[in-house]
Amino acid sequence: MSDQTQPAERASSPLAETVQMFLKNHAAVVALVVLTCIVIGAVVGPFVYPNDPFDMVWAPFSPPGEEGYIFGTDYLGRDLAAMIVHGAQVSLTIGLAAAFMSVFIGITIGALAGFYRGWVEEVLMRFTEFFQVLPTLLFSMVIVALFGASLVTVTIAIGAVSWTAVARITRAEFLRIRELEYVMASRSAGAGNLKLMFGVILPNAAPPIIVQAALMVGTAILFEAGLSFLGLTDPNVVSWGQIIGSNRQYILDAQWTVTIPGLAIFVTVLAISLVGDGLNDALNPKLRQR
Amino acid sequence: MNLLRSILIRIAYAVALLIAVIVLNFTMMYLAPGDVADTIAQASGGADPEVMEAIRREYGLDQPFIIQLGTYVGKVLQLDLGYSFFYNQPVMQLMLDRLPATLLLVLTAQIVALIVGVLLGVISARNPNGISSHFVTLFALFGYSAPVFWTGILLLIAFSLLVPLFPVAGMRDVTLEDPSFFTQVVDVLHHLVLPAFTLASIFLALYSRLCRAAMLEVLGSDYIRTAKAKGLSDRQIVYKHGLKNALSPVVTLAGLQFSAVVSGAVLVETVFSWPGLGTLALQAIIARDTPVILGILFFSALVVIMVNLITDLVLRTIDPRIRTGSA
Repeated sequence: MSDQTQPAERASSPLAETVQMFLKNHAAVVALVVLTCIVIGAVVGPFVYPNDPFDMVWAPFSPPGEEGYIFGTDYLGRDLAAMIVHGAQVSLTIGLAAAFMSVFIGITIGALAGFYRGWVEEVLMRFTEFFQVLPTLLFSMVIVALFGASLVTVTIAIGAVSWTAVARITRAEFLRIRELEYVMASRSAGAGNLKLMFGVILPNAAPPIIVQAALMVGTAILFEAGLSFLGLTDPNVVSWGQIIGSNRQYILDAQWTVTIPGLAIFVTVLAISLVGDGLNDALNPKLRQR
Repeated sequence: MNLLRSILIRIAYAVALLIAVIVLNFTMMYLAPGDVADTIAQASGGADPEVMEAIRREYGLDQPFIIQLGTYVGKVLQLDLGYSFFYNQPVMQLMLDRLPATLLLVLTAQIVALIVGVLLGVISARNPNGISSHFVTLFALFGYSAPVFWTGILLLIAFSLLVPLFPVAGMRDVTLEDPSFFTQVVDVLHHLVLPAFTLASIFLALYSRLCRAAMLEVLGSDYIRTAKAKGLSDRQIVYKHGLKNALSPVVTLAGLQFSAVVSGAVLVETVFSWPGLGTLALQAIIARDTPVILGILFFSALVVIMVNLITDLVLRTIDPRIRTGSA
């Protein structure tokens, strides 16, 4: 993504070097494989389990493995495996969409603040601090409560409260890069503000923002899980947190209805943060010597 | 004099933030479908349009936005947060009843997370490639990735159901007959263990990781080498010279994390039926009790702002570098 701005006489291309660095981090590679499997499962799974996951299929509380239901059934006799697979789609989609939204807001605010400085920076950073003061989960609970619990409101509620870290990182990078010589050079070559911000500075500020964005997906999935655990999502759509929330009264009879979906969230978020770590190693040249 | 001035600026700024929270609260309430008249009508099983009109006039809902906003801000600043039609109580009273439970949970969890986190961080920094260091890294990864309500349920299954060491839910044992003050305290602490540890698990990981990084950086600096050359013992170097300097970023983070702790508390309180603001918030949302919901958002923002202010002051006392710098 930053090919045009890298010096042309580099021995190997920056992309190849990054991939090489990433492959050296074994945990990250394993995590990436696991993550790919989860995504494939989420895409293919609903074809394997084409029926509505809310349908009752077998006696309630039958343990994993019984009658061919690999994850068993829940308190209403629903196939837990089908619910997990359908839930994967919802959790991953909301996670990605909310992360995308928060990265977009964060980059816009951070870029404007770091580029224009002065009162623009002052106002935008105060705005960011304001959002840091509000407890995010509580704030998004309020948004969902007041404006209804649909997948769209949930996504917006998560995205609207979790952009502050991206904004701070973007601003810090912009503050550093805007003083560098090649930015001055572009400016004197007649580049406009927009071109400088998004064509020159942003590609060079990208590595830490990409790492943060990857971690954001994990945070957003956790966030969605928390909201749906509390019952604050669309009640007609399965998601991992919701399975846990609706089954938690029955942990005495059926622990697997809580442990298995929780494990799904845990493994997914863990894989994402390990991939994020790998990206950090690969994209941060200062760490390459370590 | 300079110090006093910068503290006053911080306080003025905190008040401004608080007013911004109130404005946001009101704007959301204004934009959301349904109003107080609808809630009252709902609670009393329906009302005809004339009565609804009368209620709207009585509550000033027919006034323009700006006037309503002004009235609302004025009321909230006098700590009048309205009336809960669901609980039949002033919102302020409701929240004051629930606040001690939440504060107890949140503060205990923060203190546990800070102490254990810093200890783990120091231990792993003293031996960066040892087993303890890998353990801290693994532990940190778990804390980041496990949903806190799931951690809570797992602990509940393990330590209240399989091995019944701790109570399953609540904050008090209601079956105790005429307990003395001491038994009450022990009882509450007994109920507190699992929720506090669950909530601490998220932040413990964060603090241990940061403390490890800060310690590694400090232990590599010149004055530590000087201390070694002076012949000070390892313990003295690590705890007296090293930790003192590594602590400041950890305290800063702990202050910044406080709003996240409050968020986590909502989930933990729900898992353990802890009678705090978090369970109240959830009940209020299910009952569509808007004044209570907004009251809790305001209150938690108030707590976070105050904690940030206190962190700032604490940092000034423990770290002289900040005292001389600009605010």
